Amino acid sequence: MAKLELQNLNKTYSPKVIPVKDVSLTVDNGEFLTLLGPSGCGKSTTLRLIAGLEQPTRGKVFIGDRDVTNLPPGKRDISMVFQSYALYPHMTVYDNIASGLKLQHMSSNEIRERIRESSGALGLEELMGRKPGQLSGGQRQRVALARALVRRPEVFLLDEPLSNLDALLREQVRAELKQLFEAQNTPVVYVTHDQTEAMTLSTKVAVLNRGDVQQLDPPQRIYTHPANMFVAGFIGSPQMNLLHLKSDGKNAVLGDYRIPLPGGFTSPPDVTLGIRPEHVRLAQPGDAHSFQGRVFLVENLGMSNLLSVQLPGSENRTIRSLLPADRPWSQEDVTLALPPDAIHWFNTETGERLSNNTRPLVSNTANSTPLADSNPRL
Amino acid sequence: MADTIRAREQRTGWILIAPALLVLALVYAYPILRSFWLSLFTQNLGTGLEPVFSGLDNYARMFQDGRFWQSIFNTSVFTFSAIILELILGMGIALVLDQSIRGRGLVRTIAIIPWALPTALIALTWAWIFNDQFGVVNDLLLRLGLIDVGINWLGNPTLAMVSAIVADVWKTTSFVAILLLAGLQSISQDLYEAHSIDGATPWQSFRQITLPLLMPQIVIALLFRFAQSFGIFDLIQVMTGGGPGGATEVVSLYVYSSIMRYLDFGYGAALVVVTFLVLILVVAIAALVISRLRTSAGEKL
Ligand SMILES: Nc1ncnc2c1ncn2[C@@H]1O[C@H](COP(=O)(O)OP(=O)(O)OP(=O)(O)O)[C@@H](O)[C@H]1O
Ligand SMILES: [Mg+2]
Repeated sequence: MAKLELQNLNKTYSPKVIPVKDVSLTVDNGEFLTLLGPSGCGKSTTLRLIAGLEQPTRGKVFIGDRDVTNLPPGKRDISMVFQSYALYPHMTVYDNIASGLKLQHMSSNEIRERIRESSGALGLEELMGRKPGQLSGGQRQRVALARALVRRPEVFLLDEPLSNLDALLREQVRAELKQLFEAQNTPVVYVTHDQTEAMTLSTKVAVLNRGDVQQLDPPQRIYTHPANMFVAGFIGSPQMNLLHLKSDGKNAVLGDYRIPLPGGFTSPPDVTLGIRPEHVRLAQPGDAHSFQGRVFLVENLGMSNLLSVQLPGSENRTIRSLLPADRPWSQEDVTLALPPDAIHWFNTETGERLSNNTRPLVSNTANSTPLADSNPRL
Repeated sequence: MADTIRAREQRTGWILIAPALLVLALVYAYPILRSFWLSLFTQNLGTGLEPVFSGLDNYARMFQDGRFWQSIFNTSVFTFSAIILELILGMGIALVLDQSIRGRGLVRTIAIIPWALPTALIALTWAWIFNDQFGVVNDLLLRLGLIDVGINWLGNPTLAMVSAIVADVWKTTSFVAILLLAGLQSISQDLYEAHSIDGATPWQSFRQITLPLLMPQIVIALLFRFAQSFGIFDLIQVMTGGGPGGATEVVSLYVYSSIMRYLDFGYGAALVVVTFLVLILVVAIAALVISRLRTSAGEKL
């Protein structure tokens, strides 16, 4: 088993279309890396570069010590699960799973043994004689997984393998995937635009935008310490409140209120305050930053209500807050508090994160040691 | 309830196809049945005698008729050589056209032109191309120094057949190619990518993915081409007229001679019936193969 390493990978289709700009990252054995980002950000292209289905314009791909940049896909010892599953429609499930092993000239006894071992957990015994056309979406997905697993490759690649499943099935298969790949001690690269999948499955998440890695961190840290405004806005649902504010060097100005900026750096003239709706709560006596506002929209999410609140002042700003669904809320005046340690500060111009003073709000003590802040991208 | 809806749908279906069935019956069924009836008579307009019912005499005569067997043999040689060549060349062209090359649409259009041209015209052109005195082929071979004297292509029994096959291949390969191309384009690129990741060489992918998935199109192409070649008339009639010495006389040419030249309607009709039965048999087999392929591929992904 070996680690996977990408060095300054670039793919340029034309001067205007550069789906992968400069991607460097390492995935160790047993690590599950998710490439997460909006549609068209270059996730699939990155994966295809690793697989060898596309030739990089610049940069290198290493598997272990081998430089595989110029090797054809079949010589790289990788398995890939396609979004469409790419099952061979004219072959039975068994032959689909066996095809890679047959190409390696493995004996049929050995193939049978291998398939029994690796697809037992997937519950495919009953389906072995069927053709893909006679399977449900979830079953096809399992066959595609079995076909990848049975090869026992050095690296697993998965391109949105759950996106064709309905919501319920997706949740179930997600849990299965987690168990399956925890048992494999190999690098796994998983592409998705679904942040729940990224959060639940991965040991590491690379957030991509326009061909660049915006942040490469464990999922928890991506949530608690978004490296820039893009990550802050992309991760988390409902979306983080991002308020563009003026600063006077020490304080950010929100209407009549002044919110002190964290010290330790020269503050730019324009800052952005970020706070997640789930961290905006009703003010209690003694709260530091509290604002009065009028609720003008209530969205019931079942477990809680998402309130859109108009903030006082001339700028017509709104902030969204996630509050218990035990009251109708509508048209009420509410007083909201912005807990200082839940606030993220960004430089409005560059989008970069300003401070690292936010302690993780989820009780994860392992992560609560203050981390070196100078370069949040590391 | 479901049954009555079904019954009603079926009734509507029959009503809707009735006009087409009627036309087909008049245009196809009547002439075929009439031919069969005619084949049971000894009727020759040349002799001017009254038609006499003679049962299967015409068919018995056929078994003894060397010229008939020769024409069957010629037709088979022509058909199988042409079809096999067209399939191989057509597959090659389709594979090339399936690559995303620049100007693919233009090449595809150009490729189909030979097929769209009238056969008689093409036959005439090829007859000149193979002409022993003024033909391009001989001219080229002479200039290249490969031969000293012009070859009499259309005057030699074997070479005349070869020439006819070449002309037919030239004309219809593009038809096969376009048919196969449509099939190739319906095969998802993902399959090839998955296969190559599994370590398959392009040749292995061709054998294990392309060929099996293209089988319905291949069978259809073979079927079309078989039906056309087995009844080939215009190309041969114009190019060689069945000569030299009957070396390229195919069944339809013999039928034509029997009826139009010797005015032997009864015997000619028997020839038509036999040719018809052979064609029906092959079409039935092909249809069976296609439906087998369909069911075994399951519902296509
Ligand atoms: N063969 C190609 N030629 C030109 N441009 C391409 C090609 N393949 C992809 N692109 C472009 O590269 C960009 C990234 O594509 P890619 O498929 O990697 O996106 P993605 O992140 O996987 O998106 P999605 O979530 O929609 O699958 C897109 O803008 C796409 O249009
Ligand atoms: Mg994609």
